[in-house]
Amino acid sequence: MLNKYPAWKNILVVLVVMLGFLYSVPNLFPDDPALQISHEANPVNEADLAVITTALEAAQIDFFGETLQDESALVRLTSLDDQLRAKSAIEEALSDQHIVALNLAPTTPEWMRSIGAGKMNLGLDLQGGVHFLMEVDLEAALERRMEDNLSNIRSILRSARIRSSGLTLVSNSHIEIQFADEDTRSSARSELRDGFPELLFQTRSDNGQAILDLRLTEDTQLQIQRDTLQANRTTLLSRVDSLGVAEPTVQQQGSDRIVVELPGMQDPAQAIRILQRIATLEFHLEAQVGASPLSYETFEYEGRMINVDNDVILHGDRVSDVVATLDENGLPQVSISLDAQGGQQINRVTRNNVGRQMDILLIETKSRTVLALDENGERVDEVEFYEEARLISHATIQTALPRQFRITGLSQREANGLGELIRSGSLAAPMTIVEQSVIGPSMGRENLEQGFTAVTIASILIVIFMLFYYRLFGIAANAALIMNILLIIAVMSTLIPATLTLPGIFGIVLTVGMAVDANVLIFTRIREELKGGMSPQQAIDAGYNRAFTTILDANLTTFLVAVVLFTIGTGPVKGFSVTLMIGIITSMFTSIVGTRALVNAFYGGRTVQSLSIGGKQTSQLKTSEAS
Amino acid sequence: MIAEYKIDFMGKRRIAAIFSGVLVVISLGSLLFNSLQFGLDFTSGTSVRLTYAEAIVVPQVNEMLRDNGYEDAVVVTFGSDRDIRILLPVDEEVAPGEQAAQALVAGEKIVDVLREASGMEIQLLGSDYVSAKVGEELAEQGGLGMLVALGIIMIYIAVRFQFKFSVGAVAALAHDVIITLGVFSVFRLEFDLTVLAALLAVIGYSLNDTIVVSDRIRENFRRMRVGTPEEMINTSLNQTLSRTLITSLTTLLVLVTTLIVGGESIRGFALALTIGVVIGTYSSIYISSSTLLFMKVTREDLMAPVKEGEELDGMP
Repeated sequence: MLNKYPAWKNILVVLVVMLGFLYSVPNLFPDDPALQISHEANPVNEADLAVITTALEAAQIDFFGETLQDESALVRLTSLDDQLRAKSAIEEALSDQHIVALNLAPTTPEWMRSIGAGKMNLGLDLQGGVHFLMEVDLEAALERRMEDNLSNIRSILRSARIRSSGLTLVSNSHIEIQFADEDTRSSARSELRDGFPELLFQTRSDNGQAILDLRLTEDTQLQIQRDTLQANRTTLLSRVDSLGVAEPTVQQQGSDRIVVELPGMQDPAQAIRILQRIATLEFHLEAQVGASPLSYETFEYEGRMINVDNDVILHGDRVSDVVATLDENGLPQVSISLDAQGGQQINRVTRNNVGRQMDILLIETKSRTVLALDENGERVDEVEFYEEARLISHATIQTALPRQFRITGLSQREANGLGELIRSGSLAAPMTIVEQSVIGPSMGRENLEQGFTAVTIASILIVIFMLFYYRLFGIAANAALIMNILLIIAVMSTLIPATLTLPGIFGIVLTVGMAVDANVLIFTRIREELKGGMSPQQAIDAGYNRAFTTILDANLTTFLVAVVLFTIGTGPVKGFSVTLMIGIITSMFTSIVGTRALVNAFYGGRTVQSLSIGGKQTSQLKTSEAS
Repeated sequence: MIAEYKIDFMGKRRIAAIFSGVLVVISLGSLLFNSLQFGLDFTSGTSVRLTYAEAIVVPQVNEMLRDNGYEDAVVVTFGSDRDIRILLPVDEEVAPGEQAAQALVAGEKIVDVLREASGMEIQLLGSDYVSAKVGEELAEQGGLGMLVALGIIMIYIAVRFQFKFSVGAVAALAHDVIITLGVFSVFRLEFDLTVLAALLAVIGYSLNDTIVVSDRIRENFRRMRVGTPEEMINTSLNQTLSRTLITSLTTLLVLVTTLIVGGESIRGFALALTIGVVIGTYSSIYISSSTLLFMKVTREDLMAPVKEGEELDGMP
């Protein structure tokens, strides 16, 4: 029978409509302003929560729904204006190790969250905050590595008593050594060969000089750059955590950039100062029993208190490479390589201290808000920077340590974590900010409201137009249009962790304009077939079928364009292409399958004299249904 | 087949060709001599957005800034008469690493300076800093993206239709992009990243239009037993005309609404798309079809391996 959908197709349409509705509805629940309190090392406990509530009561700030979850505490506030005041009140009451972050807590019902229904993430341009694009100086990392190699080569040649007539760093990946004759060169070569697996050895002669070229292999260069970027990212992550921002993003972009997004951050100057600081590393010995309390400082390490001697054996800038690997027995270890001078330093100290403990301290710059009095005697928040040292390794010196040594007795996870921390304190390269954007909260809200208004008004105009032009069929198209917007929102809220940005709203706007195109194509085709003399039922069927290839071709090519935009674009271009792609897929479904289901439900399976599709309709020719 | 309209589009294709030719030449000329008014995204520097408690006059703000040592600052309004944007070029004397921090301070300093000079309440809405390096890369990406997109489209159309259609479609897309860019150049409109995105969307839209027309041309070439290619293309254009106009109308409804209520941040985008849609509608009628005639498209070109009834297989 013409124009009857099988039951499964109708059920599919109803199911998609219901899912679309269910998963887009959470966006209607406004978030509560909230504060999230965590501790640098330990989970937040009931006692802390009691301190928090007392502090808020004392400051006369309305709050509710205080809970402990995932090792941190969450307190909801009744007003956004209270957020900052509440933050400083809590910070004052708790220890310095507590981090208080501004947050927004969802108010969607529990059962909705349990089926994964949530809100769309809003981009910075819609909620306000700070965006940085930081460029990591990878060349500097390569240069440092080669300078280490250079100084090592020099000391090896010197101790082997081989004379070179020139030792130069030609580029960041190329060292050139000149010798008086080939014999000297070949003895130098055999002396150096084993120590530098990452270098490629080549010989040539120039002006009677025998020259040895040492080049970093492609692989090693890439590895160094990857490690450096990872080190910088780790550093940034820990730094961002201390800023007390609810949901920060720290992401690699391209081969040498890192994007940092801090939603809700209102003081970019503080952010910049803290983000550009690089962590440092110090190697110490553990203080001996009975040492004067003035000669050591006490740190906590895995629940024990360790006294660390004040003398620094070695600074992090002497570290040239750190890798977490497996030793010859397959046990996890962290292998640390030092430069020539660092090797001598550590060897000198450890030679006489075998059996004692060596400690590694990671020193980071952090910030905190303190209350101060301004010139008028009023209390104002001030940002204060301080250095914080953390004991990250405590290990026994088993032998006089050479230039390359290792820390063993760790689990795989500990080894990876330690490797990352040491790297962040020693290998991070300098960063510069190449793009920065500060969006005030009012600006963000305005963007969101205006974008939303544009989508709403445009949709209403189209709905009216379609209704007048296509009558009953227009209603079907309008239902599809609304469904389409709901589906885009549902997909963006749930399936894809996409972030809605201003260009993303453009994408939705454009989709709204173009989504009705499929229906226009179908309906004009149906009108045409009616005029050509088909019966209404045949015209519906022919209209849908004949327009289908056209719609498919048109949408597929546009989709291809969107994919190209997505793969090569960044930032706004990417946000736009995501919504465009989602919109194309959902609109194909709603405007073809969705409207057909409605049209079939109305006209299918009965004798119809004319269709309510607008336009002048010539009297129908009496052709049999099944021609 | 009875078409609702009977307009002899192809008979006037020479006039259209001259019209398009003139527009393209003007656009290219203007792009060459006038270039584009690149926004902050593509140049570099700092942009500071401020909102005043009451209406202000731009020349006054300009003067206040000059008096306080900001000779190179450019002031533009955005949105209402209370909101302004101040553009500052990159300070060459500051080291690249410090520029971002410097830019931030600049925003706060300017607010202080203007507050003092005008005695009005001013709020800092936000600020942006872009290094020239990023802008250059973005422009490169955009250009590359456009070329890649055009290449992929040519291949797709050559496979689905025929090579002559590829040339027609790409000619129409290039036509639309060049003229849209030309309008931005002639009227010195700001060309920023959102406009670039819009340009890419114009490609998508114009392509959509061209494909719909090409699809009908293919169908008619296979179905109609009599008639010259010119007549068949004319029939196809007339048959698709009402759809072409309605879709352009609905899309323009959306775009004009966005232009009016969407706010300043969307304006460039909506404007570029509006221009693109108008030109794209025209080009889907004239450019791609004229190209087909110019390349002497024949019925044999489309008697491809696909069978007549093929399109009935992919039922929704």
